[in-house]
Amino acid sequence: MDADELRRRVREFLAGHDPATRDRLSFLQERFDAGLAWISYPPGLGGLGAPRALQPVVDNEFAAAGAPDNTPLRIGIGLGMAAPTILRHGTDEQRRRYLRPLWTGEEVWCQLFSEPGAGSDLAALATRAVPDGDDWIVTGKKVWTSMAHEARFGILLARTDPDVPKHAGLTYFVCYMTAPGVEVRPLRQITGEAEFNEVFLTDVRIPDSHRLGAVGEGWQVARTTLMNERVAIGGGATPRESGMIGVVARTWRERPELRTPGQHDTLMRLWVAAEAARLAAQRLREQLAAGQPGAEGSAAKYAYAKLNAEISGFELELLGAAGLRYDDWSMRRPSIVDWKERSPGYRYLRAKGNSIEGGTSEILANIIAERVLGLPAEPRVDVAVPWKDLPR
Amino acid sequence: MSLLYSDVEEELRSSVRQLLASRAPAATVLARVESAEPYDRNLWRTLAVDVGCAGFAVPEKFGGAGASWREVATVAEEFGRAVAPVPYLGAAMATAALLAGGDEDLLPAVAAGETTAVLVLPFATPPRAPVPAAVQAADGALTGAVTGVADVLTADVLLVPTAEGLWAVDAADARLTPLTSLDLTRPLADVVLDASPARRVADPAWEAALATGAALLASEQLGVAQWCLDTTVEYLKTRHQFGRPIGSFQALKHRLAELWVAVTQARAVARYAAGCLADDDADLAVAVALAQAHCGPVAVRAAEECVQLHGGIGFTWEYPAHLYLKRAKADAIALGTAERHRSALAGLVDLPPA
Repeated sequence: MDADELRRRVREFLAGHDPATRDRLSFLQERFDAGLAWISYPPGLGGLGAPRALQPVVDNEFAAAGAPDNTPLRIGIGLGMAAPTILRHGTDEQRRRYLRPLWTGEEVWCQLFSEPGAGSDLAALATRAVPDGDDWIVTGKKVWTSMAHEARFGILLARTDPDVPKHAGLTYFVCYMTAPGVEVRPLRQITGEAEFNEVFLTDVRIPDSHRLGAVGEGWQVARTTLMNERVAIGGGATPRESGMIGVVARTWRERPELRTPGQHDTLMRLWVAAEAARLAAQRLREQLAAGQPGAEGSAAKYAYAKLNAEISGFELELLGAAGLRYDDWSMRRPSIVDWKERSPGYRYLRAKGNSIEGGTSEILANIIAERVLGLPAEPRVDVAVPWKDLPR
Repeated sequence: MSLLYSDVEEELRSSVRQLLASRAPAATVLARVESAEPYDRNLWRTLAVDVGCAGFAVPEKFGGAGASWREVATVAEEFGRAVAPVPYLGAAMATAALLAGGDEDLLPAVAAGETTAVLVLPFATPPRAPVPAAVQAADGALTGAVTGVADVLTADVLLVPTAEGLWAVDAADARLTPLTSLDLTRPLADVVLDASPARRVADPAWEAALATGAALLASEQLGVAQWCLDTTVEYLKTRHQFGRPIGSFQALKHRLAELWVAVTQARAVARYAAGCLADDDADLAVAVALAQAHCGPVAVRAAEECVQLHGGIGFTWEYPAHLYLKRAKADAIALGTAERHRSALAGLVDLPPA
C-alpha cells in the first residue's frame, strides 16, 4: 500500500463522512473502523497493515480537511505505550475491547509501573498480586503516574511470585482505575503543579481476564511498553529552532541589551548542539522509515534531556534580573506540558524532569553502552536471588 | 535530502576500506611518517585513478564520473578512519576551485587522476578569510610565500589563488620546504614562489574551495572519531583489571555512551553538509559552519578518550592512537577552529554578537 492509495482511501472516507456535520466522537470511531486510525495496525483494529512511515500521509490528509483529531498529546500514554503492548501481548478479545476507545480518546490510559522503591530498578517492584479464585487481589503503591486522575485504565506491573528472581515473578494487568481500593493523589513537583500522581492500591480486585500475557511474563510484556515510551519521547519531526533553542534565539534577537560576548559563544555552542541533535533525530527517522532499526531512540532522548537542561539554564542567566522571577507556583493539574507558554523559570525546572522521566540519562547511557556498543554488563548481585531475599 | 548512505556509497566505502586495510594498515602508516616520503604517492594514484576518487565530483563532460561530493565525502570518512597519508583534501579543494572558477583545460587530467593539483592556502585558513594577499602576479609569473600548506608535497601542479584569479604553477617551479608538523600523516610545507612561471586557469573561486574543504573535512573528522570509538570499545571489552573487563565499569561505559551519541550526531551533521555541497543547497554555508563547529571537537574528544582509556599503551609511539590524536587536533584547527565557525554561523543565522 503506497501513499497515493492511502490518500485515495482518506478522500473516499471523507466524501462519506463530512467532518463538518458528523459529531466528533462518531467521526473518530468511523475513521477507526475504516482502518484509517493507526494504519500500521491490523485490519479490524483501526489499521490496514500499512507501513508505519506512511502515517503522516493519512494524518496530514485528515488535518487538511479540517477533521477533528484524537488529541494525541492528551492520550499519549495510551497511544504510545498501552496500545502497542495490547496489540502484541493481548488476546483478541482484549484488543477488540480496548483499542478502539483508546484511539478515539474516549478512554484515557495511565501507566502503573514505578514505585517509591523501584525506579531505575523497575523489576524490583513490590506491589503484590495474590490469586483469589478467578481474580487477583492487588496491594501496593505506584508513583509518577501521569493522567491517573483522568484515566479509565492503567497498565499495571505487579509481583505474582516473590519466591523467584525479580524479573521472573512479575505479571502485567489492566487495572480499572474506578475499581474499589484505587486511590489517586496528586504528586506536586518542583514546578509547583502536579502533572503526576501517587496511586495507592489497597486490596484491588482484578479479574484474571484482565491479565496481559502469561503469569510470570510481565517483564517481557513491559519491555514492549518501555521501548515504545522512548521512541515516543525522543522521536518527533521538528524544523530548525523549533525546540527550546528557538525561544532563546528569539530573545537574543529581540533583546540586544541582554547580549554579552561570553554569552554569545555559549549561545552558539547551544545552537550547534541543538541543530546537531535535530539532524540526528531526522536521520533516525529516515533509518526507521527505511527499516533500519536502531537504538538511536535512546540516544535522542539522552541528547534532548541534556540539551534542554543546558538551554533552559542559559535562558535564565541571559535574562538576568528577570530570571529571578517565576510565573506561578500554584498547585494545578495540567494534562499537557506546555513549556512554551510558561516562564523561563518553569522551563528550567521542568527540564530537570527530562533526564529522569522515561528512564534516567544514567540508565539510558547503560543501555547505549551495553546494547549498542556491546560493552559487558556490570556484575549483578540480584539476578539469581529470589526477590523476597533481596535487601531493600 | 536524505542523510542516509546510498547503496553505491556503501559499496564504495567497502572497497576503499579494503584497499586501505591492505595498503595502509596502521603499522605501514606509522613506518612511513618518519620516512623521506611521508605521503603515499602510489596509494593515492590507485585511489585517484583506479578507484576514481579524483573524478567523482567532476561532470562527465570533463572526464569525471559525474557522481557528486556525497561520494567524495563517504570516501573522506574512510581516509579519516585510516589516517591515510594521501593528499585527497588539497586535491578536492583544487578540483572545487577549478569547477567553480570555470576551468576547462586542467580539469580532465585532474579528474582522471593523471595530474594531482593541490590548492595552495595556509591549512589554518579560517572561514570568511579573504583571498591571501601574500602572492602577487606579474607578467605571467607569481611571487610570494604561503606557509603551512597541506598536501602540496605530492602535487604535480600548485593551484594558487590570488585576488585576480586561480593560477597554475608546475611543482618544479616552486620551492617547497617540508615542516615538522603536528599531524604526522598530513605534513605541511611552506611554499615560496619567486617569479615562478604561472598561467591563469580560472577565477579564484575561493569561497567554493573553502566550503568544499570544510564540508569534506567534517566527514574525515567523523571517520577519525568512529575509528577512535570503535577501537576503544573493542579494547574495553578485552582488557581485564580487577578481575573484570574494564568495559563493564559504569564510569567508562558512560563516557563511551556519550561519545557514541556525539558521533551519531556528527554523522547526521556531516551527511547534511555533504548533501548540501552535492546539491548546491541554499543552506550550504550554514551546513558547513555547523559541521565544522560540531565535528572538529567530536573528533578531538574521541581521540583524547581513545588515548586515555587505553591507559599506558595509548601513550606509546608504537600504538596508533597518537596518529589519530594528532590528526584530530590538527583537523580542529584546519580551515578554522570550531569557535571561528560558530562565529561565522552567528552571522548566517542572525544571532549577532554583543
